[in-house]
Amino acid sequence: MDERDRRWFADEVERLTDRLYGTALRLTRNTEDAEDLVAETVVRAWARIGELRDRQAFEAWIRRILNNSFVSEWRHRRACPEVALAASSLDDEGDSFSLFEQLHQPFLLWWSNPEETAIANLLREDMDRALDGLPEAHRVVVVLVDVQGYSYPEAAEVLGVPVGTVRSRLNRARAQLQRALWRHAQEAGLVPGRRE
Amino acid sequence: MTCEDVLRELLAYLDREVDADTAALIDRHLQSCRGCFSRAEFERKLKAHLEASAEKPAPERLRARVKGILDKF
Repeated sequence: MDERDRRWFADEVERLTDRLYGTALRLTRNTEDAEDLVAETVVRAWARIGELRDRQAFEAWIRRILNNSFVSEWRHRRACPEVALAASSLDDEGDSFSLFEQLHQPFLLWWSNPEETAIANLLREDMDRALDGLPEAHRVVVVLVDVQGYSYPEAAEVLGVPVGTVRSRLNRARAQLQRALWRHAQEAGLVPGRRE
Repeated sequence: MTCEDVLRELLAYLDREVDADTAALIDRHLQSCRGCFSRAEFERKLKAHLEASAEKPAPERLRARVKGILDKF
């Protein structure tokens, strides 16, 4: 690697820093850990730059390093990774909650489009809070698939689980996320009454 | 395909994780069923909000830290 390569790498990292930080924050829920994760990712990426075959794929490649760094550290921190990854015991409310169905109450349709209104009123902070409130195993799969656009097989490879596990965790996570958004909307007085 | 069938596969469809035949059947259903189309649009917008949640300006101290790392390479 020569000075031109180093300059290219530095420019790409600077361009992607916001996005890497945002993703790291969604994964770690903590600004200090997110900053450490980004810094560690940059160091690892430079150490492995010789493995990058296609410079057009740099963003996907460095995000993969970030995700893998987080997941391996996450597993290392767990005393019982099998128990932690099970996660589902943390939510005993099932996996079939739908925010759309809660909003789609016939009496509301007389004078408004409640789904459009709810989406329009959804604040960034509401989504951040709902996502941060998910159990870790569920939050990570949402961050991989919904936030970063990973396919189910790609997410399965990062997490070291079968595709079926990704699918089921995603279903539960999304139901939990939507339930959290619904509760917030009720608490904020954005939707009438309690339908549950 | 019934509405129940579509709703069962909807999120996987939006994730582009269903096979081509199933995707075509769902496409056709959504073109003619306003209820399922509304549901699909809602879930799509919610997904877009999630994707946007990763956009977060990095703090200056992180930028300085990354620059320090890059300067050492």
